[in-house]
Amino acid sequence: MLDIETRSPHIRPQDPPGSQPDYFYPPYASSLLRAPSKPLIYLPHTISERTGPVFGHGLLQPNDNDLTAQHAGQPLGERMLVHGRVLDEDGRPVRSALVEVWQANAAGRYLHKVDQHDAPLDPNFSGAGRVITDEQGRFQFRTIKPGAYPWGNHYNAWRPQHIHFSLFGAGILSRLVTQMYFPGDPLHALDPIFNSITDPNARERLIARFDIEKTEPAFALAYEFNIVLRGTNDTPFEEGKR
Amino acid sequence: MSQPLSGSQTVGPYFSIGLSPLCSEEVASGSQGEAIMVEGHLLDGDGLPVPDGFLEIWQADASGRYISEQPASSVAEAVGYGRIRTCPDGSFRFKTIKPGAVPYDADRMQAPHLVVLVFMRGLLRNLVTRLYFPDENANLTDPVLQLVPAERRSTLIAQPGSKPDTLHWDIVMRQQKENTKPETVFFAW
Repeated sequence: MLDIETRSPHIRPQDPPGSQPDYFYPPYASSLLRAPSKPLIYLPHTISERTGPVFGHGLLQPNDNDLTAQHAGQPLGERMLVHGRVLDEDGRPVRSALVEVWQANAAGRYLHKVDQHDAPLDPNFSGAGRVITDEQGRFQFRTIKPGAYPWGNHYNAWRPQHIHFSLFGAGILSRLVTQMYFPGDPLHALDPIFNSITDPNARERLIARFDIEKTEPAFALAYEFNIVLRGTNDTPFEEGKR
Repeated sequence: MSQPLSGSQTVGPYFSIGLSPLCSEEVASGSQGEAIMVEGHLLDGDGLPVPDGFLEIWQADASGRYISEQPASSVAEAVGYGRIRTCPDGSFRFKTIKPGAVPYDADRMQAPHLVVLVFMRGLLRNLVTRLYFPDENANLTDPVLQLVPAERRSTLIAQPGSKPDTLHWDIVMRQQKENTKPETVFFAW
């Protein structure tokens, strides 16, 4: 029997320490009142956890995979292709996985009423996209590079440039929401959300790779971002194996 | 070859930009069964409403089957899955049908339940909980509920609501003080 009181509450034995954030992370002020105080209870993976919704291409709208083509004109900013693969932890492609993305515009402003950052909105950019992975688990979408933006976490806090990713895998517990960062950003070291993942290797995996091979010459840069989701045959806490 | 999992990050305050298209109050549109409305509040450690969170529901149909094989082309077709945003006052509501019992293992059944994922700004990784139904004898033998300390089980069981077909269920992220609403049980997976 695992001693749930002395373990990090949500990291499996096979996961490197710090490879997932703790819920209660004081440098990120908003976590203080929204993180559970009691130990999490291990949930066996029953049919309820091993299954999950599957979405078809009928869900997608034209240009859901091209955030630069959703309005009459071109958005401002550095055009780029973002591509990658969604794999499970055994290295198998996650096929037909719905990937939802959202981001700020090039000036660092979100098209959202709560965002009061004094930077311009771009009438040609909404910042939302959706794609479904192919048979190899691949996805790609075109967008512009989001700007950094200030937030209220601490004095002079700025979020590094990032794109939000939401993914569905083979089962509902494969669900992952994460953020893709860009190489060489000086704000990485200062950002509590990025650093809530305390394992440097795990942080590194959230930084996209600049991909000269996939750039569209004279048109757009390219970045590669690969994602690994929990598999469904994963039963680390199965009865008798504790 | 085993690959390390990608790390989780918060959905932040602006998730609705990207995640609104899948939002719907209808979890089981068109599915036969006992119709229910679930209403409640998402509350933080000060007991204050969380206006910028969302829930995801995953459940079986009335006969205890998960519709996970057929790809859904629209939100209405994604029967058994729902994404529900909280309102500015921290409240949420969704319509569904009561699911049937589903197997736990070869010998045992689980009581009817919904799997509920919780996302919000401030939460660096989503949480997982379950909603069980009141006045359900199967709750007494449900193998997952048995893993929960007896004094905390009530946080997973919805209560009869204001109308006959309505259930009330609050989600409390954190209990800071004694004599306040108890913290909801969340699971590790």
